[in-house]
Amino acid sequence: MPKVPGMVKGLGVTFRTMVETLKPSGGPATVQYPHEKEEPSPRARGVIALHEENCTACMLCSRECPDWCIYIEAHKTLAPPRRAGGKPRQVNQLDRFAIDYSLCMYCGICVEVCPFEALFWSPEYEFSEVSIADLLHEKERLGEWMETVPDFEPYEAGSEAKGKKVPR
Amino acid sequence: MSELIFAIELAYWQQTLIKVLVAAVLIPTTALILGIVFLFKMMSWMQSRMGPQEAGPRGLLQLAADGLKFLQKEDIIPDRADRFVFKAAPVVVLASTFLTYVILPAGPDLIIENLPTGIFFAMAVSSLSVVGVLMAGWSSSNKYALMGGLRAGGQLIAYELPLILAVMGVVIQAGSLSMQDIVWAQADGSMFGFGGLGLPFVITQIVAFFIFMVAIQAELTQPPFDMPVAESEVVGGFHVEYTGFRFLFFFLGEFATAFAFAAIAATLFLGGWWVPGIDPNSALANIVGPIALFVKIMVVAFLIFWFRFTYPRFREDQLQRFAWKYLIPLALANITITGILVVVL
Ligand code: SF4
Ligand code: SF4
Repeated sequence: MPKVPGMVKGLGVTFRTMVETLKPSGGPATVQYPHEKEEPSPRARGVIALHEENCTACMLCSRECPDWCIYIEAHKTLAPPRRAGGKPRQVNQLDRFAIDYSLCMYCGICVEVCPFEALFWSPEYEFSEVSIADLLHEKERLGEWMETVPDFEPYEAGSEAKGKKVPR
Repeated sequence: MSELIFAIELAYWQQTLIKVLVAAVLIPTTALILGIVFLFKMMSWMQSRMGPQEAGPRGLLQLAADGLKFLQKEDIIPDRADRFVFKAAPVVVLASTFLTYVILPAGPDLIIENLPTGIFFAMAVSSLSVVGVLMAGWSSSNKYALMGGLRAGGQLIAYELPLILAVMGVVIQAGSLSMQDIVWAQADGSMFGFGGLGLPFVITQIVAFFIFMVAIQAELTQPPFDMPVAESEVVGGFHVEYTGFRFLFFFLGEFATAFAFAAIAATLFLGGWWVPGIDPNSALANIVGPIALFVKIMVVAFLIFWFRFTYPRFREDQLQRFAWKYLIPLALANITITGILVVVL
């Protein structure tokens, strides 16, 4: 069979796509967003949730963030000793933790870099605001997102690494 | 034109007034139709999406809404622009489009002005738009606009030649420059002695038809020949500085010109308003004619936009080489062969 020139083949592709879109059995690849919604995949990067108890205000996320859009303020304080008769522990008390989603580019570096499992991805994506200033999520709001964080998927069978758990 | 339909004798100024009004309503409508049917709907389908859905039933009023939006926008003229030329450029482009419509026949009597040199006139006024585009590019005092304008200038001049040479083949065969005579020649023609279908020139002039389609694609600066307006290279080219209704003028000019070229192609190669089986002399032809022409235009426009939505952009040197090394010699050969055959047969 003689080879069909690429230019003619290209016309065929667009024509076929058009017929496919118009056929009742076919339909477009897209959905009409506000009326229908697609289910985001469980590991989708929608919004970042903060588990406040785990955060030690180590500042790693804030310093690694390429956009400098994480604001952390903390002060040192003494926590009661773990065992009776021990010394009081010195801990960092988080005063403010905020992510400015009008700057964030959802690179996920902060989640990756956090050594204390305090930041998590949630697939929730509908948090647009009328005013851009409202995109600054303070730690209360970031904490609320924790409920929407799905459980980690189990590792492949035979993996030696211990599966991680989302703190609830 | 009007006398025959309404059987009323009209004075010259009345006829002119009617013609102007019809043209003023018709031309933006053609741009709207092409924009909605092809740019919004067909392009979306070819990209496996649905296109606009919200404005009006099934999104059909989207372009009207966009037009209203453009009218509300602030009219910005760059500080260092040449104000007069900047303002005049869209008008020149639109005027060139409007003038092309003068010689388009929609029926035996439905034509704004049946010039004896119709197709020559159309080619001449359609190349006027180059002037408008160069004016826009030069006066914007913007390097992207200037680059785009010069690219458009080079491209439009290069493709004007094959366009005219392709038309020459049809003109030689029809023996006339008048659009009406070209339609008549196709209606009176016969294929192998069988006259029922006439002789649409697309059959004898298939090479010219191919060259014509390629050349109008370039004349309309549409992909794959959209170097002058390439967003990723010159961010819109000559109209980068235009906002509001001036931009709307360019948009209207682009699509109305596409419609006009499709109409010229339909007239030259597909028989224009003529339908097999309907006596071209009867009054019925004046009613069926516009519908037939519209259907043929839509077929040609489908081809134009199909190419537009399928192919990626040519490089500037490929574009020039294609015009000068392939299209023009091909068109010249077509003219020579047509000429010999017309004389011999
Ligand atoms: S996802 Fe990236 S940009 Fe957003 S806060 Fe984290 S590190 Fe910064
Ligand atoms: S890296 Fe983790 S623990 Fe450190 S400040 Fe950021 S969220 Fe808190």
